[in-house]
Amino acid sequence: MSELALKVEGLTRMFGDFTAVDNISFEVGQGEIFGFLGANGAGKTTAMKMLTGLLTPTSGKASVSGFDVYTQADQIKQSIGYMSQKFSLYDDLTVHENIEFYGGIYGIDSRLLTQKIKEMISNVGLQQVERSLVKSLPLGWKQRLAFSIATLHDPKIVFLDEPTGGVDPITRRQFWESIYEAASRGITVFVTTHYMDEAEYCDRVSIMVDGRIDALDTPGGLKNQFSAKSIEDVFIQLARSAKRGEDAVI
Amino acid sequence: MRILRYLLKKEYLQIFRNKGMLPILFAMPVFQLLVLSFAATYELKQAEFAVVDFDRSILSHELVQKLQASDIFKLNAVYFSTEHALEEMEAGNIKMLLTIDAGFEKNIKSGKSAPIQITVDAVDGSIAGLIQSYSSSIIAEFNAEKLGKVKMSSAAVVLPKSVNIIPSNWYNPNLDYITFMVPGILVVLVSMIGIFLSGMNIVREYEMGTIEQLNVSPIKKWQFMVAKLVPFWTIGMFDLCIGLALARFGFNIPFLGSLVTILTIAGIYLIVIQVLGLLISTLTNTQQQAMFIAWFLMVIFILMGGLFTPIESMPLWAQNLTLANPVSYFIKIMRMVLLKGSGWQEVYKMVLVLVGMGALFLGIALNRFTKTSA
Amino acid sequence: MRSFRGFVVKEFKQIYRDKRTIVVLFGMPIIMLLLFGFAIRNEVSNVEIGILDASKDSFTKELIQKIDASDAFQVTSYLNSYDEISQVFKEGKVKEIIVFESSFENKLERKRVANIQLITDATDPNLANIVQSYTSKIIRNYVVEMNAQEGGNSAGVQLNFKMMYNPELASVNLFVPGLIAIILMLVSALMTSISITREKEMGNMEILLVSPLKPIHIILGKVLPYLVLSVINVIVILVLSKFVFQVPFEGSYALFFAESILFILTALSLGLLISSITNSQQTAMMIALAGLLLPTVLLSGFIFPIESMPFPLQIVSNIIPAKWYLIIVRGIMLKGTGILFLLQETVILLVTTLALIMLSLRNFKVRLE
Repeated sequence: MSELALKVEGLTRMFGDFTAVDNISFEVGQGEIFGFLGANGAGKTTAMKMLTGLLTPTSGKASVSGFDVYTQADQIKQSIGYMSQKFSLYDDLTVHENIEFYGGIYGIDSRLLTQKIKEMISNVGLQQVERSLVKSLPLGWKQRLAFSIATLHDPKIVFLDEPTGGVDPITRRQFWESIYEAASRGITVFVTTHYMDEAEYCDRVSIMVDGRIDALDTPGGLKNQFSAKSIEDVFIQLARSAKRGEDAVI
Repeated sequence: MRILRYLLKKEYLQIFRNKGMLPILFAMPVFQLLVLSFAATYELKQAEFAVVDFDRSILSHELVQKLQASDIFKLNAVYFSTEHALEEMEAGNIKMLLTIDAGFEKNIKSGKSAPIQITVDAVDGSIAGLIQSYSSSIIAEFNAEKLGKVKMSSAAVVLPKSVNIIPSNWYNPNLDYITFMVPGILVVLVSMIGIFLSGMNIVREYEMGTIEQLNVSPIKKWQFMVAKLVPFWTIGMFDLCIGLALARFGFNIPFLGSLVTILTIAGIYLIVIQVLGLLISTLTNTQQQAMFIAWFLMVIFILMGGLFTPIESMPLWAQNLTLANPVSYFIKIMRMVLLKGSGWQEVYKMVLVLVGMGALFLGIALNRFTKTSA
Repeated sequence: MRSFRGFVVKEFKQIYRDKRTIVVLFGMPIIMLLLFGFAIRNEVSNVEIGILDASKDSFTKELIQKIDASDAFQVTSYLNSYDEISQVFKEGKVKEIIVFESSFENKLERKRVANIQLITDATDPNLANIVQSYTSKIIRNYVVEMNAQEGGNSAGVQLNFKMMYNPELASVNLFVPGLIAIILMLVSALMTSISITREKEMGNMEILLVSPLKPIHIILGKVLPYLVLSVINVIVILVLSKFVFQVPFEGSYALFFAESILFILTALSLGLLISSITNSQQTAMMIALAGLLLPTVLLSGFIFPIESMPFPLQIVSNIIPAKWYLIIVRGIMLKGTGILFLLQETVILLVTTLALIMLSLRNFKVRLE
């Protein structure tokens, strides 16, 4: 399918006088792993909220999986997956119950659901803890579980908001294996992160500064453009000129 | 609808897994209903009194004995000084002091007036009133007895006029408070569950962070709200049924009206109360705030709802406020249907008001709910 | 000591920055006092009553007029027969029917005694009681007046009543001190119960525990801001009681404040205990609110006299701290009682507070290990 996973044109969001997201435009192709970087306060989270239907844009256009964010919000919700920073799993429900709940919400019919639950438990290696409360799981397992749940209903595109916060590098690396695996199945992955090394894993990366997108290219392309050795360097160069956020140097 | 089913399953799982809450949801209402229903009464069971008797005659003794003969007045002590006795009253040891002047017997026997004084601890006006009533009747009886004898011996005596006041209580001949209180207490208990929990559960999703996940999913707002309301509605109704069974078989409260009517109206009422709780939760950021406001309203509804003090005793502005108090409506309906046997004809207007309130709360809640998520 | 002070300052800031909660914590007691002080009464006004007068002589006419003239009653119907009573009651407006027997004045003259029947709609026994009581009083007063007019030679016992501490039998004097107790108890217990569980839920508890602060410091630090808050509430409530409701204050202000602070501490420790037995804010709040509200209102003697309750309940009422505080407050405000007569109650509150704190501390420590 040559249809774009994401098409964003002049997307803007204001809060009163404050422009959180300033006229951003970009496209993401189906099956791409797209890294969405930016300092705290740069507007990443706001932008992502607009794309996931949590926030209405002030102006501009955006379509997710071909559906318009203004008029076709319901269809968007059915075709995307989401994983938040807090993982959004129910601590007081078991692993099995969490999977079943989210699967049911997305309309997977019961027979298929039972099968998928079995598959997921074995794929992610959760046999021992299937009936345990999520509260008791170590962070890394919660992370994998949350991601699997986000892709359970075979969404066209999955949004990940800082999914690897707080885990060790090995676990992070393993997590990215799952992301690759999902992408190879044709799922577009839209991920925000603070870890610059993770930016290298993406097909393309965009960097937001003060609400605008100041850089958008493949990791290699960016390093060339900014004569930098790593994405981290690129980031620091851009962030230096930022007026907002913690990394801003006034 | 499948979505709703999954939402409900999750909610019920969460509720029943919360071990700490279970006794509060089920045991506490039952326990409180059983125990507290007996507490609400103004009957005067016993009043301790003291005597300062300056006459110390046979007649004065008889007077004291007559008071004691009633089941109500219990003689605490005989004092020789009024000051001492009043100190006892101040300390709360006696409620009443009988002072008999010297010459009591002589005056009665000779057909003159024999003054006595009863000093009452009037901190509790109702009890004081009852003490006054009862002691008056007993003394009047004593008077009639003694004067009857006197009249026979001396024709020049003129008896005072007296009026016998004969009380008669209809529908509740024994002034049984339990019949009156139980339906009311039951309503209060069930309302507490209704108003606090649904709203709090929504705020909890915000605090836990799962609300975002639900917002990006295909779950519709109404499905979300219904899933929050239904579980506690079923628990509330369950508690109500147990309470009604207790009322009927434990307290022997008459059930003159139709059970179906009561349960239907109860179902409606519970939804209204829950939606109010929901509305409150949309106005707050934390569980704590939601609880305070809900509790604050609840206390006002309960104390002003005619449960403990009659609505007729309130000033006009307060009586008007009652018109906006859902708890008072339901208490009234419960009493009318259970105790008087009223049917839809008599209560439909009040039910309509309840439904109207529910619709209003729901409208505002939905409005706020959509806004905050946008 | 410095870490303790820092902790207390943080607690204060956290509370006073939460605007909504502040409004509730200060506004709530005031609103409740005003609302209930005016609305919770045992006096009635303009209650509709009916008359069934079989005599219709000058005595009954005058008495009826007297009754109608009182603020409490409004004579709205005149019945002709006993059968009409049922219908009148069913309509729900008339609450009492006064029945005078025939040849009333005559009987009074000759037999010196006549009967009046007071028939009340007792579906609301509270109301029936009040109404009957009032009517009886008016009738009795009238009879006494009448006897006095006709000549001082009334033989027999002359009964004179003296109502101490509350001559008007105003229910507001009974309720307002009670409201102070209720408000303090509920607000204080509520406050501390959520304060600790909130810390636990947010995960800040661990940080506190590894700090130099001892558990007792943490507890005291949590309690202090609410103590201050509650004391301010007491002052406001007292001012309102005196100037808005004209409740007398016969006793010592110093004693009143000392006892109030003691009671506040009792309530706060109760809240502490609640928060020490559960980790969930929700459960703590439900216990504090739903578990305390009715028992405190019903078993403390706030509205319904404890002496009227069945004996087992009278025993249970002893564990309700508000009961003891009510005795103290009513004693100080209405009777002018001094510490001597209130020693027993004070000691009970003191012991209760200490016990609650000990228990909380123990639970607290156990949880951490």
